[in-house]
Amino acid sequence: MSMRELAVRYGFLVLLVALVAYFAIAADGFASPQSAVFIFQSVAITGVLALGVTATLVVGGFDLSIGSVATTAMMAAAYVMVILEQNAFVAVIACLLIGIIVGLINGFLIVYMRVPDLLATLGMMFLLVGLQRIPTEGRSIATGMTMPDGSVAEGTFSAAFLALGRHRFDFFIQNLIPVSVVVLLVLAVAIWFFLEYTRFGRMMYAVGSNERAAQLAGAPVKAYKIWAYVISGIFASIGGILLAARLGRGDIASGNNLLLDSVAAALIGFAVLGAAKPNAFGTAVGALFVGILLQGLTMMNAPYYTQDFVKGIVLVVALVFTFALSNAGRR
Amino acid sequence: MGEEAVFRIADLRKSFGSIQVLGGVGLELHSGEVTVLMGANGAGKSTLVKVVSGVYSLDAGTMMLDGQSFNPQTPAEAIRAGVVTVHQNINDGVVAALDVATNLTLDRLNGAGASLLFNPRRIRREAKQVADRMGLTVDLGAQIPDLSLADRQMVAIARAMAHEPKVLILDEPTSSLSSAEANRLFALIDRLKQRGVAILYITHRMSDIRRLADRIVSLRDGVIAGTFEAKPLDYEGAVNAMLGRKVGLGQVAVRDGGETVFFADGLRIAEAARPFSLALGAGEVVAITGLVGVGKTALAETLFGVRAPLAGTMALDRKPYAPASPRQAIDAGVFLVAKDRAENGIVPDFNIYENMNLPFLRRISRFGVAQRRNERAIARRQIGDLGIVCRTERDDMATLSGGNQQKVMVARWMSEQARLFMLDEPFQGVDIAARRDIAAKLRASADGRATLIFVTELDEALETADRILVMSEHTIVGEHRNAGLNMERLLGEIAGQHLKGAA
Repeated sequence: MSMRELAVRYGFLVLLVALVAYFAIAADGFASPQSAVFIFQSVAITGVLALGVTATLVVGGFDLSIGSVATTAMMAAAYVMVILEQNAFVAVIACLLIGIIVGLINGFLIVYMRVPDLLATLGMMFLLVGLQRIPTEGRSIATGMTMPDGSVAEGTFSAAFLALGRHRFDFFIQNLIPVSVVVLLVLAVAIWFFLEYTRFGRMMYAVGSNERAAQLAGAPVKAYKIWAYVISGIFASIGGILLAARLGRGDIASGNNLLLDSVAAALIGFAVLGAAKPNAFGTAVGALFVGILLQGLTMMNAPYYTQDFVKGIVLVVALVFTFALSNAGRR
Repeated sequence: MGEEAVFRIADLRKSFGSIQVLGGVGLELHSGEVTVLMGANGAGKSTLVKVVSGVYSLDAGTMMLDGQSFNPQTPAEAIRAGVVTVHQNINDGVVAALDVATNLTLDRLNGAGASLLFNPRRIRREAKQVADRMGLTVDLGAQIPDLSLADRQMVAIARAMAHEPKVLILDEPTSSLSSAEANRLFALIDRLKQRGVAILYITHRMSDIRRLADRIVSLRDGVIAGTFEAKPLDYEGAVNAMLGRKVGLGQVAVRDGGETVFFADGLRIAEAARPFSLALGAGEVVAITGLVGVGKTALAETLFGVRAPLAGTMALDRKPYAPASPRQAIDAGVFLVAKDRAENGIVPDFNIYENMNLPFLRRISRFGVAQRRNERAIARRQIGDLGIVCRTERDDMATLSGGNQQKVMVARWMSEQARLFMLDEPFQGVDIAARRDIAAKLRASADGRATLIFVTELDEALETADRILVMSEHTIVGEHRNAGLNMERLLGEIAGQHLKGAA
């Protein structure tokens, strides 16, 4: 293997390890289990969304609606529990249904209405951002809020639902690992296995790489594409559930950065192991990379407003790795 | 007819890297005449057109226009000198966002002396002059997307004619036109001839050639293989020169088909095409040959469930067969190695074994999980069987030669037993050794299934098949047993002899 191949393949992972080593030495308290868990927790929701959008990238599409699916799911969870006074189970089901329905609509628009993926999901993004504000006339949802008709919402977030955001599992140390981190890890392993090891994942890659060839090999191309958007929608709605459970209210102003952060994580993932294509492992590493960098810089007292700038640098460097250095980008 | 050639090419050569595409082409175009250029895929037609129209520069040779040296460095230079090309893709000749009038005068909006302001009234006035001169009846205010393909073609040609060219090159202008639309184009070409334009007309359609040609030039492997100008024109000779035949072909040991595997009755695959029947027996290799654009791929796609026939019935093993998708065709045992592997076959992100196992992953998988060890074993066996030259089954497709890539495409469909195995242009972009390997493998494995190959090159049919069917105008016009066959009749059928009465 030539130097360049080595650099393309392992460069990004080496950079990640070097970064961890540097922060461990330079920042007090960085190298602790609590710090590690905090990093995972900070990227859990973005990571879940990024894994979903990876599925659409694999079939050669894109999903810009994930951020607004997540916030819509969050608002729906709050609405179901606070205003409709239902339990946690109903709230979770409602959120997942939103994800599935949005995914189906996205897939339908793209596959049957032949709207380009970016445009269809952009439209869906706008639609959802608006839709989630209609039931409460633009207000955030919290227990005790006054409804448009003057009554007071009496429902509360159930304890079981809040536990999704606040419970921590024991892992060597008591109360260490939050539920959201477990969800992230489970979903990451699941989508990774699905994409890499099942025939469905393989065919989705085939559809993304040469749609016509996949079709002539007997693949139901349209179904695979729609499935990809449904997966993306479900993952985004799970992210929304975690967000609602963390906040404990339906906050109209939250989740602004979700879309860009998760898309960045998925694109950074292209550079991991020189894959030069969307892949679940890379996406997870990409999300972690951003989390580690931000945590380390924060602990070294870098001001919060530099965060987006740093993310941008990482993304640009990763894209250069992918497209300029690897052979795959060269075709 | 002009005695002196208005445009003359001599000993034109062009290479790309180490590959010589044009090896000394000589060609003359006369004022007021249509010279038809024929050539199979890869013969060098497009390269020749691009050299003449200034897209490529020539390596060696001379071009003379009106007795003066002509060597354009850019397409604009060629147009200014009076050589105008209308390219094959109709939509390259018109700008869809603008109306007809603007399209007709588009070339006046650029260059020195063009007015800074866009004056719609003047544009309309100039466009009307252009249209009137050409007898163009299209509404000048119409938007391009609202026009039929034929009308767009007319606009593209009229736009080209606005330059008052001495030489007009038409690259397969009828390839997407219906016959009624084509007739309007022919009328326009007749008018251009009267105006003294020298026309180089590139086509595969024999009906076009019979209608228009004053002279035929056959291009083969980058050289002129024959020029035909004595009346009446020798169409069969031209086709023969274009397809070429080498002496000392490896003759196949012809076998007759066993029990009928596939049968089609009253099949119609294009509007206004004559219905035909098709019967394929077990153990025989049947080749369908014919010029480009006569419906070979359409037939392959009909049998493979990509498109539905307009009429007729199909039966596989005496059971009704009407696949609605490639998946259904595959499940019934009908496989297709599609033509143009880069477009329709290869998944570029996949390595050899992933490419090979694409259609039959379901069988290799257990509970949806692909069994990689099993996959790789299958791939290794196929690599050995077909003699694919590679390091391992995990190599990238891009590292393989064209012939080996094609072998992977064939191997993709050979790990399962087919009932009907079809290959569309399986020898395109394949070196001679790989071509022999593939043909030998096809014949050796032919038992127990029907094998159908679609080839334009007659040689490939003669080297591979037991039976040769000829297609023309989207129907089957001839059948030959590949032993002591009547070559004259075969070539006549390819050249569309049956069209004579019609033309």
